[in-house]
Amino acid sequence: MTAKLDLSAVYAILDKSGRKQQAIISILQEIQEVYHYLPQEVFPVLSEELGMSEARIFSIATFYENFSLEPKGRYVIKVCDGTACHVRKSIPILEKLRSELGLSEKKKTTDDLNFTVETVSCLGACGLAPVLTVNDVVHPEMTPDKVVALLKTLKEEIAHAE
Amino acid sequence: MLNNREELIAYRAAAEKDYAAQEKKIIVCAGTGCVAGGSLKIFERLKELIEAKGLPVELGLAEDPHSPGIGLKKSGCHGFCEMGPLVRLEPQGWLYTKVKVEDCEEIVEQTIEKGECVDRLAYKRDGEIYREQSEIPFYRQQTRMVLEHCGKIDADTIREYIAIGGYSALEKALFDMDADKIVAEVSDSGLRGRGGGGFPAGRKWEQVKRQKETPKYVVCNGDEGDPGAFMDRSIMEGDPHRMLEGMIIAGIACGASEGYIYVRAEYPLAVRRLKNAIAQAEELGLLGDNILGSDFSFHMHVNCGAGAFVCGEGSALTASIEGKRGFPRVKPPRTVEQGLFDKPTCLNNVETYANVPSIITNGSGWFRGFGSEKSPGTKAFALTGNIKNTGLIEVPMGTTLREIIFDIGGGMRGSGEFKAVQIGGPSGACLTKEHLDLPLDFDTLKKVGAMIGSGGLVVMDSNSCMVEVARFFMNFTQNESCGKCVPCREGTKRMLEILERIVAGEGQDGDIELLLELAETISATALCGLGKSASSPVVSTIKNFREEYEAHIYDKRCPAGACQKLKQIVIDPALCKGCSKCSRSCPVSAISGKIKEPFTIDLNKCIRCGSCIDTCVFKAIKEV
Repeated sequence: MTAKLDLSAVYAILDKSGRKQQAIISILQEIQEVYHYLPQEVFPVLSEELGMSEARIFSIATFYENFSLEPKGRYVIKVCDGTACHVRKSIPILEKLRSELGLSEKKKTTDDLNFTVETVSCLGACGLAPVLTVNDVVHPEMTPDKVVALLKTLKEEIAHAE
Repeated sequence: MLNNREELIAYRAAAEKDYAAQEKKIIVCAGTGCVAGGSLKIFERLKELIEAKGLPVELGLAEDPHSPGIGLKKSGCHGFCEMGPLVRLEPQGWLYTKVKVEDCEEIVEQTIEKGECVDRLAYKRDGEIYREQSEIPFYRQQTRMVLEHCGKIDADTIREYIAIGGYSALEKALFDMDADKIVAEVSDSGLRGRGGGGFPAGRKWEQVKRQKETPKYVVCNGDEGDPGAFMDRSIMEGDPHRMLEGMIIAGIACGASEGYIYVRAEYPLAVRRLKNAIAQAEELGLLGDNILGSDFSFHMHVNCGAGAFVCGEGSALTASIEGKRGFPRVKPPRTVEQGLFDKPTCLNNVETYANVPSIITNGSGWFRGFGSEKSPGTKAFALTGNIKNTGLIEVPMGTTLREIIFDIGGGMRGSGEFKAVQIGGPSGACLTKEHLDLPLDFDTLKKVGAMIGSGGLVVMDSNSCMVEVARFFMNFTQNESCGKCVPCREGTKRMLEILERIVAGEGQDGDIELLLELAETISATALCGLGKSASSPVVSTIKNFREEYEAHIYDKRCPAGACQKLKQIVIDPALCKGCSKCSRSCPVSAISGKIKEPFTIDLNKCIRCGSCIDTCVFKAIKEV
């Protein structure tokens, strides 16, 4: 990332929040919604504006699973590996996604920043197990075959957009 | 804005009239499950079709008694997720299952216009047809109290909630009772915390009420993190006002003026519906300053979690609301004394609060008419896993597992035999065949080393390996361990390593004893409930399925045939037709061969996921 990050959205979020330290988690959530991750440039800004140390903000950002310090893909695919999905075989679905996209447990996002593949512990859609979500849209009763079809559709969408 | 009691009564009377005038109602399930199945498209299509016929459509409940239209509603979860998307038709009380967009035309023409049932969409079992929702075996054997409105009313409309008696408990609590009376009523009802612990709610309220320090807070734990549980989500999505009403009443009882709802970030729909419900209640003056002209003021906030299971623990949850890392702390002082912002805090779970309005309205004696003596009332369970009817159910406390699994749940899915049911999530235990006739309540389960927990029931059949299940839960707890105390941080890691070795076929003599020893140490020394109960799944599976552990360790064999590293997958050349379907489904490209000749599996590449077995139409691929 060479271009300077536009931080105007961060200030807008801070203005809305009333700059209370107590609101740090929701502030980080809103920032992540804008940038899809927490760019490191925002930490000094937050520290200054909220009057709390960068270390403390960083400790919060790393404690909670939902925050990411690395850029995420255009499509964030979350494979549910809750109990219900697990017993209905969610792991082959995850394996298939990773192998199709050349990802692994360590490498979660494709180099072209199109796809991120993660697991979540439970989406609460156990009745439709196994499920995954693409940018929070639930796809029920998945199979490895359906994964291939899904990726194909998403790739076509990307090609269309470009 | 309603300024006093009389105005609420008048508002309710008008709403009741409008609700009754809306004779025909179509209620489309808009719970997470059915939305994923396309129910919102069905909703739009129905609206389009009815409008095209020139019939009046009413979304929600309009304030115009002169034009009784056809009520089209988006409700919360109906519970029968397995058969979704679900559409309920009133006044008949019919339930249409597995509805598709293409079915909408027939529904409008047959049912709305002619009043006839589309039998093809009705639920069928063993050749019998069940048109009415209340007749379906899945529903017939339930007692829905907390979930009574879920699937029947529009979850986004406060007017509808009021039309069927909503906020009358608040009215009663505000004007006919005082704090002492409310606490006494809740205490007498015997309501116990539905979040897992089963602590008497009335006693907790009494303790908060007694505190001199102000301000006090009412906090709702909606951080339903147990994998395999979604009761609280369904209540927040399907009947948000019920929970708000319960919290406001708790506010009156405890002398609190502010409420916080902590919801997991994984539940965006619940967050949206709660925020909407709060805005509507504020607009009507049921939340805010001087509620209904009384001197009681109450403000409500929604906080989103950020993906930390430990935040379901009381002190970690309040820390998270305060904008800190979700670390639990040593108790005492307890949450009732020094909770949120170090002030007295009444912290209960979603389902507990949702029970309150009907206790206030109908009295504690009525509530005690359900369930067992020590655990009155009902309990919602999320029924999932290898069972026919997955979904959300509510039964009186004391119902047996057999009734839940075989009568309501319809028995096992597929050919597998019932083996165990996991109850209480990562802090819970596995119950087996011998526990099938055990009445489910707080105390009986405690006696057998299990707990109701939040209410997740994951049913497992003979194809599930109990060692692998234990490993799965330990992996979860290890991931979610916050790292503050050593026993949990290090102990769960060591236990996980041992379990991983065992399922990989590298178990050693003495592993079982070592696991039990670690389990005992962790549960005696960990700081919070998460750590203390982290080893329960392991201990209970060792207790009930020791022979499975032994088979893994000594015979390097997985009796359930589930542990991937302990099995090999082979293609039978006599049966293989060389269609290449398996090689295309293989996630790691381990299968190769020439078309129309038998294929082979490279066992070095094979991860033994089994997807080829499911794909092969000739049944040529087997595990050995």
